[in-house]
Amino acid sequence: MSIFVNKDTKLLVQGITGNEGSFHARQCIEYGTNIVAGVTPGKGGQKMDDVPVFNTVAQAVKETGANASLIFVPPPFGADAIMEAADAGVELIVCITEGIPIMDMVKVKNFLATKSCRLIGPNCPGIITPDECKIGIMPGAIHKKGNVGVVSRSGTLTYEVVDQLTKLNMGQSTCIGIGGDPVNGTNFIDVLSAFQADDETSSIVMVGEIGGSAEEEAAAYIKANVTKPVVGFIAGLTAPPGRRMGHAGAIISGSSGTGEAKIKAFKDNGIHVCENLGEIGRICEGAFK
Amino acid sequence: MKIHEYQAKELFRKYNVPVPEGQPVFSVEEAKHAASKLGGFPVVVKAQIHAGGRGKGGGVKLAHSMEEVETLADEILGMTLVTHQTGPEGKLVQKLLIEAGQNIEKELYLSLLVDRGTASVIIMASQDGGMDIEDVAEKTPERIIKVQVDPLMGIQGYQLREVAFGLGLTGPAFKQFSGLLANLYKCFVENDCSMLEINPLILTADQQVLALDAKVDFDSNALYRHKDLLELRDLTEEDPLEVEASKFNLNYINLDGNVGNIVNGAGLAMATMDIIKNAGATPANFMDVGGGASSEQVENAFRIILADEKVKAVLINIFGGILRCDIFAQGVVDAAQKTGLTIPVVVRMEGTNVDEGKRILADAGLNLTSATDLSDAAAKIAAAVN
Repeated sequence: MSIFVNKDTKLLVQGITGNEGSFHARQCIEYGTNIVAGVTPGKGGQKMDDVPVFNTVAQAVKETGANASLIFVPPPFGADAIMEAADAGVELIVCITEGIPIMDMVKVKNFLATKSCRLIGPNCPGIITPDECKIGIMPGAIHKKGNVGVVSRSGTLTYEVVDQLTKLNMGQSTCIGIGGDPVNGTNFIDVLSAFQADDETSSIVMVGEIGGSAEEEAAAYIKANVTKPVVGFIAGLTAPPGRRMGHAGAIISGSSGTGEAKIKAFKDNGIHVCENLGEIGRICEGAFK
Repeated sequence: MKIHEYQAKELFRKYNVPVPEGQPVFSVEEAKHAASKLGGFPVVVKAQIHAGGRGKGGGVKLAHSMEEVETLADEILGMTLVTHQTGPEGKLVQKLLIEAGQNIEKELYLSLLVDRGTASVIIMASQDGGMDIEDVAEKTPERIIKVQVDPLMGIQGYQLREVAFGLGLTGPAFKQFSGLLANLYKCFVENDCSMLEINPLILTADQQVLALDAKVDFDSNALYRHKDLLELRDLTEEDPLEVEASKFNLNYINLDGNVGNIVNGAGLAMATMDIIKNAGATPANFMDVGGGASSEQVENAFRIILADEKVKAVLINIFGGILRCDIFAQGVVDAAQKTGLTIPVVVRMEGTNVDEGKRILADAGLNLTSATDLSDAAAKIAAAVN
């Protein structure tokens, strides 16, 4: 099974003619992802390699039957691109764009509540089901098909975790980066519930970081609903309060959002805690036996 | 992006949010002139720095005469103000706000912020003004009024009333406050604020509602559409190395330790800081060169880290995905050659083109130690500084 994406996913890429868009679209195609269309306003009728380009997402969906979208547009147009995809009936929207204003995302999130689509991101590496479908910017080669579900707020930190898993021969069912922004689409709980329901996933790694309370909420959810073993990691224990650590969402405000509180929530709810990133592969090996 | 109190109050005036009469000054002479224009005493002399807790730190004082204005302005200007938010090194006071003193009947609290969980703007208010709101939230949460505004609908009349009644306001003050809150919401949304706080908001003896303090933080991601707000940025309030890093789009934060580090990606950069700490050393910074940095950016990152005098060793941790290891290695070599590297550097690289990257580093003949994995890197960097 896997979650959210598989070999039948038909992808369109918004911003496919830009530098990043074309580079990563080619990488996805090389990995085996079925990219059926690209969208760049004003470039309809052109082609990016063999991929037809359309002016609007609605046109692209109508002509190609695309059911997922990968977004690479610059931040000022990010919110618009997400809403366009949602309005065109795309079921899964993956937004890589970093730097979308928070008020834009607040509006998008409320708009999406009226639609039946799933948003992953923004400011995320995307989603991959190894050997089937890669929608995002992660290096495909470090992944391996298997039964560990990985969910994370980060990009390269996730690659580090996946790399350690693969090297210890623990393949992955699906890996998802939910993004480092304070307001995003899919959250930890959405992914955890999908992993719990997925036959192919037998264990879960959850990678969080300082800021907000998503990890605490996820920990409570795990205790109540997840029967599969979970290993948790939190980045940013040494981060000073009040400073934004690269990710817009990674900030300790007052007494909320600290790493200590999140680790405590993990421990209190039966999650195996990894306190040293260098050890996460081995900790998973022990916990998932 | 943070701004000063006086700048926040100027923004409030544009939105008809009442604030006390006053103006910013840079010298004692200007302070006296500004005080004389207020036409009476007491006058408040307020240090302008980007940190809270100024009153407790001795940066806010009341003057009852022109002589006192002169003495206090002289005392506060140029002082290093230490508050719970500045850190022990404190902040140099370079500007003052000279303001008309108020006859305060009641101190209230009011703030607006974006709530990540509900994806809405939250209004928080309390009758316990002048206190640290986090203390109020912890000890007497029932004394905080929270109203959630749907961003697609905007603030509604019933929500204004809910807050105003909750604050115990009546008569003309009730009406004045409702207008103030509606204007403040407009100000928040139109300027892409991430946080806006008035503590205290006061009710004067003659039943006027005024913002006695003002704290505003803007969403840095939205500044591209507010060129006017960019002019409010005060570079003297920021760390010089952080200002330099921001020119190259590097996410850099200067910290207390002595292990410099360069990492690609924010999450991995935080985890790398944690690993340094776990190994018994302390990070000198947070430095995220981004997922797809160029070799020029890497070179600048390295130069900035080396310019920090407290750095005794550098740990480089790269997981090459979009950023290829060979490109990164070239940036490191270029920077090391230009700066004349004299301190130990531990490099841990993994991912795309890692062999080519390692070859470039090895061929450069630099004093680099390579690490096989993260635990190895942490042990080696700790050994280098301890």
